[in-house]
Amino acid sequence: MLMSRVELTRSRWIKSLLINRYPQLAVFIMMLVGYIFAILAGLIGTPVGSHNFSIVFVWIAWWAILILIAVPFFGRGWCAVCPIPLPGEWLQRGAVLAPPDKKPKWLNLRVPKMFRNIWLQNISFLLLALFSSVLLTTPNITGIVLAAMLFAAIGLSTVFERRAFCRYLCPVGGFIGLYSQTSPIELRIKDKQTCAACKDKPCYHGSAAGYGCPWDVFPGGLTKNTYCGLCMECIRTCPYDNIAVNMRPFSADLAKPSTRMDEAFKAFIMLGSAMIYAGVLLGPWGILKDAAYNVGTGAWFIYALVFLTIIFGILPGFFLLSLLNKTNAAPFKQRFTSLSTALIPLGLMFWVAFSLSFVLTNASYIFAALSDPLGLGWNVFGTANIAWQPMLISVLAPAQTLALVGGLIWSARTAQKAAHEVRVSSLPVIVYCFVTTSIMLWLLL
Amino acid sequence: MKRSELIARVLILAGSLLAVGVPIYLWSQTPLVHAQMSEDGGWSPDVIKADVGEPLHLKLTSDDVVHGFAVGQMDMESLTVAPGKVTEITLTFDKPGIYTFYCTRWCGVNHWRMRGAIEVSGSSAQPDVVSVPLYVSLNLDIDAPHEALVLPEAPSSPMRGQELAKTLDLAAINNTDFYRSNSPYQAYVQLSSTSLTDIQKWDVVSSIWQSNTTPEQLANGEQLYRQNCAACHGENGAGDGAFADDIAAAGDASMESMTGAMESMMQTPADFTDPKRMVGASPAILQGKILRGGMGTGMPMWGSIFTEEQIWDLVAYLYSFQFEYEN
Repeated sequence: MLMSRVELTRSRWIKSLLINRYPQLAVFIMMLVGYIFAILAGLIGTPVGSHNFSIVFVWIAWWAILILIAVPFFGRGWCAVCPIPLPGEWLQRGAVLAPPDKKPKWLNLRVPKMFRNIWLQNISFLLLALFSSVLLTTPNITGIVLAAMLFAAIGLSTVFERRAFCRYLCPVGGFIGLYSQTSPIELRIKDKQTCAACKDKPCYHGSAAGYGCPWDVFPGGLTKNTYCGLCMECIRTCPYDNIAVNMRPFSADLAKPSTRMDEAFKAFIMLGSAMIYAGVLLGPWGILKDAAYNVGTGAWFIYALVFLTIIFGILPGFFLLSLLNKTNAAPFKQRFTSLSTALIPLGLMFWVAFSLSFVLTNASYIFAALSDPLGLGWNVFGTANIAWQPMLISVLAPAQTLALVGGLIWSARTAQKAAHEVRVSSLPVIVYCFVTTSIMLWLLL
Repeated sequence: MKRSELIARVLILAGSLLAVGVPIYLWSQTPLVHAQMSEDGGWSPDVIKADVGEPLHLKLTSDDVVHGFAVGQMDMESLTVAPGKVTEITLTFDKPGIYTFYCTRWCGVNHWRMRGAIEVSGSSAQPDVVSVPLYVSLNLDIDAPHEALVLPEAPSSPMRGQELAKTLDLAAINNTDFYRSNSPYQAYVQLSSTSLTDIQKWDVVSSIWQSNTTPEQLANGEQLYRQNCAACHGENGAGDGAFADDIAAAGDASMESMTGAMESMMQTPADFTDPKRMVGASPAILQGKILRGGMGTGMPMWGSIFTEEQIWDLVAYLYSFQFEYEN
C-alpha cells in the first residue's frame, strides 16, 4: 500500500465493535435523545442563551468536540453518529437494526443530477452563517433550526434514496466532508481486483447483511474521505472482507487534489467566514456586532453583502491573481481547484484557532447548563451555581498561534505538492496563505 | 419481526417520548415569574393572586438582564433576579388588598415601569383606615409652579441658625405640622417680623428644617434615594443621573410643538440643588409629587411602593441638597 497505513480493522475487537449493530445503536439512541432534548430546551427553556442546554451543548460543547477533535482526527466521525438522518433512515429502511425481510416501498428517487454536488450545502451553510449572531445566542431559534433539519432529513428520506439530506443539504456536512480529507482515519478497500471481480456489489446495493451505502458512494472507488460517512454498512455487506478502516498520515487525501468548483468554493466560504467571525464576534467593534445581530435592518443587509463579497469576490479574486502564470500550466479550472486544496488545512486551522477562543471562554457554562438545562432552577448534578469563568486563558494565545502557524506550514506544503501537479509556482499561493494567516492572527490576538 | 428489532424500536420510541415528555411535564409544573425589561413586556405574569395568611411561594427568573424584586410597603430585602437562573421567595400577607411588586435593579430607561400587582384576597381582622395625603387635605396643587420669591444668597448654615434660634420664640413654626405644611420660603416669611438679616433668617429656616430631621431619617432617605432616585435625579441631586439624557431625548421630540421649549424642559429630572424650586416647595408638596408622580414628566408614582414614613425620610434627604445638615 502507498505510504504508511495501519489497518485498524485487522484487530478483531475493533472490527467487531464497528460491525456489531448494538453498540452503534446505543450511541444512536443517546445522540437522538440528546438532540430531541436540545430542541425542547430551545423551545421551552430560558431565553437566556448562556443558561440554556440548547445553546451551550450545541454551539459550545458539541461544536468544540466537532472542530477540535472529531474533524481533525476522525474526519467524518461525527457523521457516523449524527442523529439527524436516523428517524428518516429507519423509516426508509423499515428497520432499526439488520435489513428486514420485507422492505417498505418509499419513492427512493435519485437526487436530480443538478443537485448532486455541494452547492446546496454551500448555500445552507451560508444561510446559517449570515444569521449566526442570532442563531448562536437565541435558544428558540436554535430549537427551530434543529427541528427543521430533523424534519427536512425525514422528509427527504421518504422521497429520495439513501441519505439525501446528509449528502446534499446538511450545512455542517459540507465542511466536515471537505476537511475530512486531512484526517488520519480512512475507510478504503484492500484489494482492487477483488472488487472488480465482484458481481453484485452489495456494498453499494445492499444485501441481507446490511444496507447499500447511504452516502451514495461506491466503496470500491473510494479514494478520498470527502463523502464517506463512516457508517460501516459496507464492511458489514462486503462478502470478501475487502473493506478496512485504516490509520494513515494526516491529509493524505490532499495528495490527490479535487478538481471540483463546489469544493473549491467551500474552502473559500470556510476561510472567509472564520475570518469574518473572528472580526465580528471576537473583535472590539460593537458596530459590527450590532449589524450582524440586527437581522433585517439596513446595517445587516450591508453586513450580509460584505460577507458575501468577501467570500465570493475578494478571497477567490486575490487567489485568482496567484494563478495567472500561464506558461506550460494545466487548464485554469484545474489550477484553481487543485491549488485551492491548500486552503483546506489552512481553513481547518483557522476554525480551530477561532473556536478555541470562544470555547475556552464559554466552556464553564457547560456546568450550569448540565444541572439546570432549561433554566427552571434545577440542580441535577449539583453544578447549577458554578459561576462563569474563562478557562485556560494563558494557554489560549499560544495555542491559537501554534494552530495558525501550523496551518500555514501545512497549507504551504499542500500548495507545493498541488502546484507541482499543475505545473505552476506555488509561491503566490503560499504568499496568499501567509497574508490571510497574518490577518487572522491580527484579528484573534 | 425479530425480537431484537422490536426491543430496539421500543427503546427508541421510549427514549424519544421521554425526551419530549419529561421536559414538557417538568416545565409545566414549574410556574415561573419572568422578569423582562419593560420594553419587552415587563413582568410576566404581572398579576399574581394570593390569600391572606397563606404563604405565596414565587419562583422568579430573568429573561434578559439582571432585575430585582421587592413588594411595595412590605419590610423585605429586595431579591436579585438573575438571567437564566431561578430565585425563590415566600411571602405572606396579613391584610388583603392590592400590593405592588416592582423591579429594584436599574434595568433601563423604563425600569420604573416594571411593576406588577399581587391581589391578596380574604378578610382581615381590622379594616385599614386610609387617610388622604397631606397635600390633598391642604388643598395644594402639586402641578403648579412653586418658586420662592426670595432666595438665600449664600448656602445656609443650620448651625449658625441654631444659635440664632435660641434668641427667638419659634414655637409657632418649629413644629412638625408647620414643617410639613410649609415651604422654607414660607418659614422665611414668618421671620420677617424679626430683626435678622436675610442670611440670618435663612440660617434659622435651615435650622428649623434640621431640627425636624433625624440622622436616621437622613440615612434612610439617602439609601432610598440612591436605590430609586439617583439614576435619573443624579447622585448629587442635580437632575443629571445616568438616565437623564435618555429622558431628555424623549422630550426633545416635543420641541416641534408650539410649546416645545416648555415641554422639553419638563422632561429633564428635577434638579434638587436648584434653590428656586426646592426653597419654594413644602414637604407636603414634595410628598405629593413622590406619591403621585406625573406632572407632565416621566416622574413615576411611588405611592404603592414607599410607606408614608419612607417618603418623609426621602423628603428630609432632598432638603439636604439645599441645607448643609450636620452629620
